[in-house]
Amino acid sequence: MLSVLVFLPLLVCAALALLPRGLGDRACAWIWISTAALELALVVVLWSGFDAGGGMQYEQRARWIPSAGVGYHVGVDGLSLPLVALTCLLFLAVAVYSLREYRRVRSYVCLFLFLQTVSTGLFVALDLILFFVFFDLSIVGMFFVIAGWGHGERARAAALQFFLYTFVGSLALLLGFIGLYLAAEPHTFDIADLARADPLAGSGPYAGLVLLAIGVGLAIKTPTVPFHTWLPPAHTDAPAAGSAILAGILLKMGAYGFVRIAMPLLPGSWREYALVIVVVGVVSVVYGALVALAQTDFKRMIAYTSVTHMGYVILAVGAAGTLAGTDLQARSLAVTGAVTQMVSHGLITGALFLLSGVLYDRGHTYAMDAYSGLAAHTPRFAAVTAVAAFAGLGLPGFSGFIAEFQIFTGSLASRTTATAIALTGIVITAALFLTALRRMFLGAPRLPGALASGGVADLRRHEALPTVALLALALVIGVLPRWLLDVIEPAGRALARLVAR
Amino acid sequence: MNGLVWLLVALPLGGGSVLVLTGRRCPRAVPALGVAVAVVTLGVAVAAAVARPAAGAPLFTGARAGLAVDGLSAVMAVTVAAVTTAVLLSALGEGAPAGNRGRFFGLMLVFAGAMLVAVTATTLPLLLMGWEVMGATSWALIGHQWQDPARTRAAGVAFLTTRTADLGLYLAAGAALAGQAGSLDLAALPLTGSPWLHAVTAGVIAAALGKSAQLPFSFWLSGAMRGPSAVSALLHSATMVAAGAYLLLRLHPLLAATGWAGPLVAWTGAVTALVLGVVAVAQTDLKQLLAASTSAQIGFMVLAAGSGGTAAGTAQLVAHAATKSGLFLAAGAWLTALGTKRLSALRGAARSYPLVGAAFTVGALTLAGLPPLSLWAAKDEVLAAARAEGTGPYAVGLAAAAVAAAYSVKAVHYVTRPLPEEAESGYDTERRGTRRICAATPPPLLALTLAAAVLGVLALPGPASWWERLTGDQGAVSPQPWEYGLSAGVAVGAAALAWWGASRPGLAPRAAVGWAHGWLHLERAAHFLVVRPVLGLARALAHIDDRVVAGAVRAAGRGGLTASRFARRLDDRGADRAVRQTARGTTAAARLARRVEDDGVDSAVRAIASGARNLGRWARRPQTGLLHQYYAQAAVGFVVLVLIILLVR
Repeated sequence: MLSVLVFLPLLVCAALALLPRGLGDRACAWIWISTAALELALVVVLWSGFDAGGGMQYEQRARWIPSAGVGYHVGVDGLSLPLVALTCLLFLAVAVYSLREYRRVRSYVCLFLFLQTVSTGLFVALDLILFFVFFDLSIVGMFFVIAGWGHGERARAAALQFFLYTFVGSLALLLGFIGLYLAAEPHTFDIADLARADPLAGSGPYAGLVLLAIGVGLAIKTPTVPFHTWLPPAHTDAPAAGSAILAGILLKMGAYGFVRIAMPLLPGSWREYALVIVVVGVVSVVYGALVALAQTDFKRMIAYTSVTHMGYVILAVGAAGTLAGTDLQARSLAVTGAVTQMVSHGLITGALFLLSGVLYDRGHTYAMDAYSGLAAHTPRFAAVTAVAAFAGLGLPGFSGFIAEFQIFTGSLASRTTATAIALTGIVITAALFLTALRRMFLGAPRLPGALASGGVADLRRHEALPTVALLALALVIGVLPRWLLDVIEPAGRALARLVAR
Repeated sequence: MNGLVWLLVALPLGGGSVLVLTGRRCPRAVPALGVAVAVVTLGVAVAAAVARPAAGAPLFTGARAGLAVDGLSAVMAVTVAAVTTAVLLSALGEGAPAGNRGRFFGLMLVFAGAMLVAVTATTLPLLLMGWEVMGATSWALIGHQWQDPARTRAAGVAFLTTRTADLGLYLAAGAALAGQAGSLDLAALPLTGSPWLHAVTAGVIAAALGKSAQLPFSFWLSGAMRGPSAVSALLHSATMVAAGAYLLLRLHPLLAATGWAGPLVAWTGAVTALVLGVVAVAQTDLKQLLAASTSAQIGFMVLAAGSGGTAAGTAQLVAHAATKSGLFLAAGAWLTALGTKRLSALRGAARSYPLVGAAFTVGALTLAGLPPLSLWAAKDEVLAAARAEGTGPYAVGLAAAAVAAAYSVKAVHYVTRPLPEEAESGYDTERRGTRRICAATPPPLLALTLAAAVLGVLALPGPASWWERLTGDQGAVSPQPWEYGLSAGVAVGAAALAWWGASRPGLAPRAAVGWAHGWLHLERAAHFLVVRPVLGLARALAHIDDRVVAGAVRAAGRGGLTASRFARRLDDRGADRAVRQTARGTTAAARLARRVEDDGVDSAVRAIASGARNLGRWARRPQTGLLHQYYAQAAVGFVVLVLIILLVR
């Protein structure tokens, strides 16, 4: 079942590549949409059959490279199932949004189908090498998306920087994985076996070095300060659909790595270096928010808010590794908040990046100064963006609040100062989103000079549908979060226990 | 029965959202639908006040979402629903502000729903949810006419100021969990262990003072007056700004649990009542005067909360809600009719429109604290509670009562003057006036004014004890007869003095007037002390991020490129040449050998030579000079190395 979910898009991708040339662009797009919809349906079936208290489920194992301790092992639990579902939803949203794509549609569709396989595969992988392979392939896929469909010559440079930077990160990650492999007796790359064995317990600096390698690798992908500089150019020059996937799914791979690999496999060093992790998280929150506040480019601003929102995740997982002054309830609240934040950020930032794509489509620039009073020309676009902005600033009623409230309340006991500093992030985020709304959408109507005076078109159906759907789900989670938290909480509690052992 | 409380909050939230979403399609039906939802909500609120439902649902690990209507929240729920109904009624017809009606009516209802969540919440997360949604709707409603940059800027200031204060509630939630208060129930907060108890208390106080526009946060309320008058009547006088006082009244046990919180809150309230009262006296704009007086009057509620006078503070809250929303509706009616809210231009406005004028006068005299109107009685209850705690806040509160009489009478003085000859020239400073009062305005205005006048009965012995039971404030201190007399004397005396002084400007020193007129320049202070440093820091960090952090990465990339070029050169000159020369040398040797040796050896040597040449060609091949190809080679090499290590071990 799980393998079907993972490899179905790849199969369709292969079939598309083999089909005769005469296939039209629309047909390709519709094949993509149907595949993505089928994937979403599959995930709904998986979710309905999922037993929240049952740990790892839908597991599948196959021999792959037994001599090197590498196996094909997949499964989902409460940490990964929400992210798998997010992946399928976001890819469907992007597929619908890309309905009007006209440049090399077949390769575009193939690339995104490939990326969907890679992303789903990463979230269900229970073997380090399998995880690594998907981790690396996601970089390759995104490189081609940015370089091939981004904004001009600069996009190729940004894509190359993105590729090299995150590839260096993945090499560090591999080094850490090998460190884990060598420490385990018998040697294995299997995540479940490694978590059970806790091979590096009490091995001092060696375990610290392994955590450093894995931590740096994941931190580059997440990204956290100071490894975040590939993110703004990659986002600014990527196509909207690519940005939505990059921010919504690919960034989660780093954060997910922390909860799936770094925390359960290296609990001792995680606790030992929790302070470092918390500091990195808080710096990411405040620094990201402040730098975002100073941006004049709408998409770049959203890119930096991703650093802030991922910083909350890092703060929470760091706090979950701090045992002093706290209890299991607070720590599992923090972990649950972190996973909820990943889902929430995927929904909201995905919508925001798609909306920024609409902005670029209409005005051919992301510069906020170029626009004013857009609400007069495009009331629906303004309304949807305003809702997305308020969701992004963590307004209660949207998923961001559910996530951030849990992170703050769960982290404050153990990391009081750090959490108090991180709290300022929500005011700065509010300030920057309100300023952006005011500059671009409110006030006297003014459009970029190059545009004809005929005005601009409002949100079209294929643009409205995915963004509104993503925000509606964020709203549902914000008002009725239990169906999601019921799945995450048992896994969060189990993880908090694993870290504390 | 317990479903009633869900219905109470879901009705305005759901109805409002539907209106916001569909208002554009059927703008004609919107006002009637909005009023209908408000009326039904009022009915549900009254039913809930009688039935006292309570309900809950799981929310987070160990923290539930709880809603309940007890005595105090019954009072609040009915007040909120009633004022919402009155204000929406007055916005029928021409009363609504220009712009999208669906958005206006819908957001007013969403606000009412959020406020009902906040006042009926029994747990901290749910309180915070209602609390912040109130702030967001306030933003949208202040900036309702979004084409005007001044309004949207004021909306931003209001939202950001209150959200900064709201951080206190996030802090309080975390501290309550850390202090083992357990479930985040509001009732359990006083049980938090020290030192977390102090953090919880401080957080709650900060959030409450921010929302209630108490010092030092008062300035946002001044800007909020740029919003439509109906919004000022509902959010920025009667309900939302009073939410902070409500929270402090509800959490009085928490304030009592620490030694310092009660006096701090009481003093803040008393000082705000006095100082913002002085600010109100100095205003030249009717809405600004009313806004400053709102801060000042809420100061009395905060004073009551700090002194433990829950019944007194709640009475003040309800009486003030009726009084002030009526006054704002009157100010709004004049703004629509005459196009101005300047006091100097409103001379004689009460004579031009006698019905509105009469309502305004009664409301303003209530605000002045003149006997036997409601705020006189409520204020005396508050002052009695304050006197039980200490003489200091009581004395400041009494002085604030005198100032309240002064600013109210100042407003009455202006609008009841004889109509000047050239009145028309002062009109239409804000917009083009209609020169008539919209038919929908008077009924709700008169109802609110009537309530304002007669709510003083709550101070009579019989109703007073019922009220104390209702608000859970058994054993409240009742004012002595001489206190009633003293405050009545102070109010009447101050009112007379103000009437006399109103026609004689220039009595006060100019600098002090300017300072008070500019709301103590608090907004400028906040701008200089907080906003500018933060923006400066943000710009500096963005610069550093571009130049230093990203620059270092670029430099590392360039360094790698340079190193690879160097390696290539080294390779070309050194290794490559060596290979080539070896090949050449071998060839030469072979030639030599051919000359020397016979043919059998010759062919073998030739083979070696060509082999060496091929090797040289192969060695040259990966040296493309392209960085990413070098990189890929390094990666492949790395993987091979790793595999070798793995297999050898």
